[in-house]
Formats: sequence, structure tokens, C-alpha cells
Amino acid sequence: MTASGWEIWAVIVGLAIGTFLTRFSFLGLIGDRKLPPWVLRHLRYTPVAVLPALIAPLVLWPAATGGQTDPARLLAALTTLGVGLWTRNVILSILSGAAVLYGGLYLLG
Amino acid sequence: MTGDSDRSLFWQGFRHGAPFLLVILPFGALFGVVGTEAGLNLAEVMGFSVLVIAGAAQFATLQLLTENAPAFIAVATGLAVNLRMVMYSASLTPHLGAAPLWKRALVSYMMVDQSYALAAAKYEAEPDRPLSQKLAYFFGTIAPIAPLWYLSTLIGAKIGSAIPPEFALDFALPITFLALIAPGLRTLAHMAAAGTSVLLGLLLAFMPYNLGLMIAALAAMAVGAQVELWQERQAR
Repeated sequence: MTASGWEIWAVIVGLAIGTFLTRFSFLGLIGDRKLPPWVLRHLRYTPVAVLPALIAPLVLWPAATGGQTDPARLLAALTTLGVGLWTRNVILSILSGAAVLYGGLYLLG
Repeated sequence: MTGDSDRSLFWQGFRHGAPFLLVILPFGALFGVVGTEAGLNLAEVMGFSVLVIAGAAQFATLQLLTENAPAFIAVATGLAVNLRMVMYSASLTPHLGAAPLWKRALVSYMMVDQSYALAAAKYEAEPDRPLSQKLAYFFGTIAPIAPLWYLSTLIGAKIGSAIPPEFALDFALPITFLALIAPGLRTLAHMAAAGTSVLLGLLLAFMPYNLGLMIAALAAMAVGAQVELWQERQAR
């Protein structure tokens, strides 16, 4: 890396301020003003709209295997999802997924 | 419900946040290791983790710094990776918007995928809790995560070795998020949104700067909203 000390700090502070502003955007500017119903209807789906797209490529093409689909990881993901849908218990689904992951890595190698 | 205290909600959030240390500890340590190996000194590595507190954006920016990209490109790329936080901010606003400005600023600083996803699930399940309890829960979720994010970065930078790949901790992130999303798939609209998100997330994964994620998320929100409207019309 050729960046000098002050350049690195400029990048850190710039990223810190910019990141804060993206997080603060609506919370800071809208505050307790009411959002229109159609906006609220869209916002209700934010978690299930963002997080699946974030993790789907990681499940199918894990960087740890060089992007090759890995049966152990895929099975672990499906188990976590299935147990989560069935029991609605976060801890239990994490533990089930981890058990299948390690079992799968051990058996399938 | 109003019988619960802010303190009990804080500790509930704490318990719900704690399992995510499986993700935070290896990821933070890895940033410490990679940052140090790239030539950052201890203050700079810690500056990233304490001031920015956003793992994926930190890694993206660091990568560009090591490739000697111009500083503003490095910053812009990190910000693009974090653009989903605007959607998180909007989605928390109906619940936390009435808080004093300094508390909203504190929530913003501590808004990460894990604290957001836990809080959003809580507020959706129990929308009528008073503001103080909603805030207490949010701060509870981040209470185990933020300090250990700093600490694991420090340990990674000092010791210089990450957790070995045999432990497959790369997969802690997908597993913990899947466990968090699954209970939220309560209605057809939620499932349609999640299905759209997965499909477009995969199809658009080739796009740079996480743009595919943004498009997939916006499309999935629209699908969720439309299915909800359709179901309301059917119910009448």
C-alpha cells in the first residue's frame, strides 16, 4: 500500500462519516413525522428483502471453497432454515445448522 | 407488556445478540489480521473498527487501499457496500423516530446487520411496546456485539493470526442470518419477498459495489408490498 498516514486517516474518517450518515438518514431527518402508508407497507419487508439477497451467494458460492458449491454448507443452510421455520427458535436453528455443517464437513470432507 | 421494565428488555436484547458473537469474533479478528498485514498500524486498524463499525465495508475499503486505488474511490466503494443501511434506517424510523436526537444518533452509530435484524423482528412482533423499551432492546442487542468487535479486531491485530479455516467460521454469517430470518417468514407476502430477494441476489451477484443487493432488496420490498395488497383484496 502506498497511501501515506494522513491519506489513510482521511479514508477512515471519510468512511466513518459517510457510513454514519447512511445509518442516520431517515432516523435523523424524518424523526417522528408520519411516513405515508405505501412507504410503511414497503418498509415492513426490509429485513426479508435485504438479508436473503446478502446471504444467498454466500450459501451457494462460498469463498472458503473458492466459489464451488459445497454440499456440507448447503445442507447446513437448508437445515438452519428448516428448523427455524418449524420451531421459530433462533438458537436451536443455529445449533442444528452448526451440527450439520461440522458433521457434513467431517463425513463429506 | 407495559409491566416489563426497560432493564428486562435490555437484557432480552443482550441474550438475543450474544449468539452473533460466533460471527463477530472471527470477522473482527480477521480484519485485525488483514489490516495489519496490509500495512496499517494499530491505531489505523482500530480506527476502522471503532469509527466505522461495519465489517463488509471495512474489508472492501481496505482491499482498495492495498490496490493503491485513489482515496475517494476507496471511500465510495465502502459506502456503496453500506448503502443498505439507508433502508434499515427507514425501516426503524416508525419505531424509533420519536426518540431524542442524541439517542437516534447513537442508534445510527450502532446500526449493524445483527442489531437491525433483531430489532426489526422484535418491533414487528410487538409493535405496541413503548419507545423506551424498544430503545432498550436495541441497545441490548448491540451491547455484546460492539465491544467484542473492537476487542477481536485488537486481538487479531496484536496476535496476527486468524481462526484456522478448518473451523468453517466463514459460514457462521449465513447460518446466524438464516436462523434470524426464518421465524419472520410468517405470511405469503414475507415468503414472496424473501424468494425474490434470493433469486435476484443470485442473478445480480455479478454487479459491482453491492449494487445487485440494492436492486434485489428494492424489488423484493415491492413484491412483498404488492402481495400484501393482493391478499387484502382477496380477504374482502
